[in-house]
Amino acid sequence: MESASHPVHAGSVLKLDRGTGSLPGWATWAVLGGSAAVVATILLATGAFTVALTLVFGTMLSAIVLYAWSRAVEGPRRAMDRTMTLWIAAAFGLAMIPLFSLVFEVAKRGIPGLSAEFFTSDARGVVGGGGAAHAIVGTLVITAVATVISVPIGIMAAIYLNEYGTGRLRRALTFFVDVMTGIPSIVAGLFAYALFELFFGPGIRLGVMGSVALSVLMIPIVIRSAEEVLKIVPNHLREAAYALGTPKWKVIARIVLPTAFAGLITGVMIAIARIVGETAPLLVTTGVVDSMNTDPFNGRMQNLAVYAYNEYRSPGVMKQASYDKAWAAALTLIAIVMILNVAARLVYRRYKTEIR
Amino acid sequence: MTSVDTTTNAGQLLAAASGGRRRRGDRVFSRTAVVAAVTILALLAGVAIFLVLEGFPAFTHSAAELPEGKDFLDYVAPLAFGTVLAAALAALVAVPLAVAVALFITHIAPPRIALTLGYLVDLLAAIPSIIYGLWGIFVLGPAAVPVMKWLEEKLGFVPFFQGPASVTGRTMLVAGLVLAVMILPIVSAVAREAFAQTPRRLQEGAQALGATRWEMIRMTVLPFGKSSVISGAMLGLGRALGETMAVTIILSVSGAVTFNLISQANPSTIAANIALDFPESSGLAINALIATGLVLFAITLVTNMGARAIIARSNQE
Repeated sequence: MESASHPVHAGSVLKLDRGTGSLPGWATWAVLGGSAAVVATILLATGAFTVALTLVFGTMLSAIVLYAWSRAVEGPRRAMDRTMTLWIAAAFGLAMIPLFSLVFEVAKRGIPGLSAEFFTSDARGVVGGGGAAHAIVGTLVITAVATVISVPIGIMAAIYLNEYGTGRLRRALTFFVDVMTGIPSIVAGLFAYALFELFFGPGIRLGVMGSVALSVLMIPIVIRSAEEVLKIVPNHLREAAYALGTPKWKVIARIVLPTAFAGLITGVMIAIARIVGETAPLLVTTGVVDSMNTDPFNGRMQNLAVYAYNEYRSPGVMKQASYDKAWAAALTLIAIVMILNVAARLVYRRYKTEIR
Repeated sequence: MTSVDTTTNAGQLLAAASGGRRRRGDRVFSRTAVVAAVTILALLAGVAIFLVLEGFPAFTHSAAELPEGKDFLDYVAPLAFGTVLAAALAALVAVPLAVAVALFITHIAPPRIALTLGYLVDLLAAIPSIIYGLWGIFVLGPAAVPVMKWLEEKLGFVPFFQGPASVTGRTMLVAGLVLAVMILPIVSAVAREAFAQTPRRLQEGAQALGATRWEMIRMTVLPFGKSSVISGAMLGLGRALGETMAVTIILSVSGAVTFNLISQANPSTIAANIALDFPESSGLAINALIATGLVLFAITLVTNMGARAIIARSNQE
């Protein structure tokens, strides 16, 4: 590693024809490696070595060295180009660190909490122990009800936008769907609470309230994605059907929707992935409970995200066991989200080849 | 857009000509679509109406009856301050990074892997906020403690780093950084789309004149994407303003109104305050919380509408 920094000095000393030459292809990597080695050595010598500091100062030193070397050999413009490229790549790397750290930490801390009990039993009347089966079932029920509410409305609205819509209603809908995507999730929760409180009195907590709150968040996502896929259904398919005398509703139901089917499924899956981990709206609508409840219209209902929050927030006597379960719930959630995303991508890939 | 409209109209004419009469199926189907569209508008109106209805009592009751014995405006002001501070901090960190990420994916990374990299960034957006919260309190917070101590020692004269530095990492700085990570994919998605659409003739023209890649980016891609970056930043800001769980978990709140980012005493945010207090509240306290939710709704609405207006204007150009 040490030898890699030698070309730096050799280059700046020997190349006297400023601004005409060019650096060898390995120059950037050599500077990066050399700088990292130099920084690491200095940090080790001063006893302050950490990987993070090495990366930070190594990148800074690389930028300076690369600029100086390139300016001497290639001129200021190429030097600027190289330095900016380095900075942009470094910024990208920096932005990726949280993703990897997060996935790694959730896996590391989540696995100890996973057990057969976690998936099979609820936490009724158990101190410190118990599982999250009630939360998993609650998540499935709440999400399923939200999907049942959102998908028909969302897809019909997308059909309206793409096939029927004209004039002011269409413009208003396009605009307000955009507005809806920006509604904070907690506000959606408050809305569901306010709505149900009016009919059932204060303090009401039901699984279906959570579903209504999630629907407010899910509908705009479904509309946006459905609109996109309906838009790319080729018009000649529609026109051919019209030419055969097919009524418009049949064209939509038999030609447009089947052609767009896989794309619609993809959109719905992405939308589910987006709402399945929502916490805030459920915190104010479905409440917290330790026992299994499969009826969304009756009583409080637990779900994974709120479960994770609660195990973290009120760990009780066995602190570490609770934290383990919070992380296990987080790991389960992240697994659900990732599986939905990857599956959606696979469906979409197949769909793209079909439409050609 | 317009091409779809005209062909749809042509389709309607064709259907009318071939059938000669509107069929019942057609009527039912088109009405269902209109009903769905109206339902959504009604739903959004409902959100505003129900929040106003349930939040209204907080505006009319006297200070003594409200939580903390404060006038509603005095109650919501520090929360609004915390909300804006956290979101602004997040946007300040996230926007430059997001632009760099977007540039890297569209113009610097080899095209072969660019798609995959874009997908990885999108995955960041898919992770539930509760997990960001746990990650922030257990991983980033402790990791930030020595950094914040260093900031207090070396940069303590700056109001932001006055200290005393928190030893738990439950500070505004950490909350802002986590929010930054959360909104980065949103900002970068908008920027990416704009950068990728920079006209090829501009880029190639710049390079034909001898511009280096960076000069090409500076002279064509960045000016072209400027309004998209601004609107993306506002969309991200809107998301950060309303983000609840990460802030709820990370921030240790005291209600203080301060720009000090690294101490234990932080202003709460509207959303976090609702999540913390709502489950244990009843009566007028609920109304007050819903009223703060209405304020949050209004703030995010204005931000998002601004962003959409900028997008719409740049699309017209």
